[in-house]
Amino acid sequence: MANLSVNIGSLSLKNPVLTASGTFGYGEEFAPFIDLNRLGGYIIKGTTLEHREGNPYPRMVETPSGMLNAVGLQNKGVDYFIENIYPRIKGYESELIVNVSGAKVEDYVETARRLAALDKVNAIEVNISCPNVKEGGMAFGTTTAGAAEVTKAIRAVYPKTLIVKLSPNVTSIADIAKAVEAEGADSVSLINTLMGMSIDVERRRPHLSTITGGLSGPAVRPVAVRMVWQVAKAVKIPVIGLGGIMNGRDAIEFMLAGATAVEIGTANFIDPAVTMKVIDFMDDYCARHNISDINEIIGEI
Amino acid sequence: MKEVIDFIITATTRYNDMYTRLTLAPADGSLLPAIAPGQFVQVAAETPGVFLRRPISINDVSFDRNTIDLLVRKAGRGTEALIALKEGDKVNILLPLGNGFSLEAPAGSRLMLIGGGVGVAPLLYLGRKLKEAGYEPEFLLGARSASDVLEYDDFARIGKVHVSTEDGSMGEKGLVTQHSALDQKIDRIYCCGPAPMMKAVARIAKEGDIECEVSLENMMACGLGACLCCVENTVKGNVCVCTEGPVFNINLLNW
Repeated sequence: MANLSVNIGSLSLKNPVLTASGTFGYGEEFAPFIDLNRLGGYIIKGTTLEHREGNPYPRMVETPSGMLNAVGLQNKGVDYFIENIYPRIKGYESELIVNVSGAKVEDYVETARRLAALDKVNAIEVNISCPNVKEGGMAFGTTTAGAAEVTKAIRAVYPKTLIVKLSPNVTSIADIAKAVEAEGADSVSLINTLMGMSIDVERRRPHLSTITGGLSGPAVRPVAVRMVWQVAKAVKIPVIGLGGIMNGRDAIEFMLAGATAVEIGTANFIDPAVTMKVIDFMDDYCARHNISDINEIIGEI
Repeated sequence: MKEVIDFIITATTRYNDMYTRLTLAPADGSLLPAIAPGQFVQVAAETPGVFLRRPISINDVSFDRNTIDLLVRKAGRGTEALIALKEGDKVNILLPLGNGFSLEAPAGSRLMLIGGGVGVAPLLYLGRKLKEAGYEPEFLLGARSASDVLEYDDFARIGKVHVSTEDGSMGEKGLVTQHSALDQKIDRIYCCGPAPMMKAVARIAKEGDIECEVSLENMMACGLGACLCCVENTVKGNVCVCTEGPVFNINLLNW
């Protein structure tokens, strides 16, 4: 069996397969279908300093080969997570990574500071790219100065592995990646959803309560692969690739483009056991291609 | 326990162009998980242009035959592909999902199960379980006209069936909320149908101080409480219809 373990900052993942924030709940929703301990890690949903109710219904519409969502970071806040959810999920062997969002730099910093105290959370993924809330971070994620500012502030209080999740809704994602690398990010993950919109032409109304939303699913995959390839060429820190991965073949595509690890997102909605199949595919792929260590294929293109 | 199971279609009953009932059994012969009335499934409709699974309520269950029944209404490409399935076809299903209706009530309670259109689907299994538990459930089925009254005979085998049609072609003319069956004392209403109908029924229940449960059909992606897309705004804030519902006591809803 080939070595599937990869490193992201100080994390040593047993395999490159992570789950994308907001698509995997707190992991336990998927416990009936998969062995959570087999994952390289799982990234739990966007957590903010304060409780958020999220956007009004309707929040989702199916689109060609994908979906638009406008959940709006509904969550009960970081303290609720620490007191009520973390104790339930901290026992898994897989790396537990918390996705962090905020309206203001100080909110990100305070949320990161509180999470830093948790033994079993060795990394955070900072969302500077949510398209669904006015102050949902995308304001930070769409300029190099904004991305640098929030990364620098969190780096100052967060000593463990710091991953910054990038928005594709920018002119040059590689420039944003370089800016967060310069401020001490240990890794970047990309892409968050692409901003999109869909209209019910019979009712002559937008499908989403927020009019616009974030597009995910295989529709975005070629865009995501291209961006991962561009960013991997531009930075030295490891890149985590995501965007429409539906199976193991797609995951390998991202690794060949330069991703050290991958996140499975929307695919979890269709096949709750997809992550296990991706890991199995990687094993099989390495055997078929005489690869002894999956790190060999990272950025081969 | 929630499972992903490949089912095989063992029978199809085509009611008309819009509605088909599918009977399905686990393809590998494995036994069905426990299923409560009001729970639903997520079906993979493998056809071009369809990405997400389709949530469908469970119409009936037979643990003797190891089958479930789904009543499917043609609403779009996904459901169109499902009603086109033939005996012997396989389909991948995630089940059982959601909470289900309350089955316990004081002995002798008058229980009225009100369904509109395809919303009658979960009431069949519910009625059967209530009957087995010793109650005498009554049904009130609402439809546009007689040809849209679904599964009348199945309901009639379980209990008394009242019908409302908008054009008067069957039962009483008018809406379910105008039916004379609601004139006498009712202890509990179970309701599933279009949102305007359920809201009207909920209003009657509140005015009459009748306990009432409704089954919601919000747009859904995962069905597992992970994506937070299908939320309903309740007195507890936004909650997932797929896990905290689809059945809600109307007192929890901001209707």
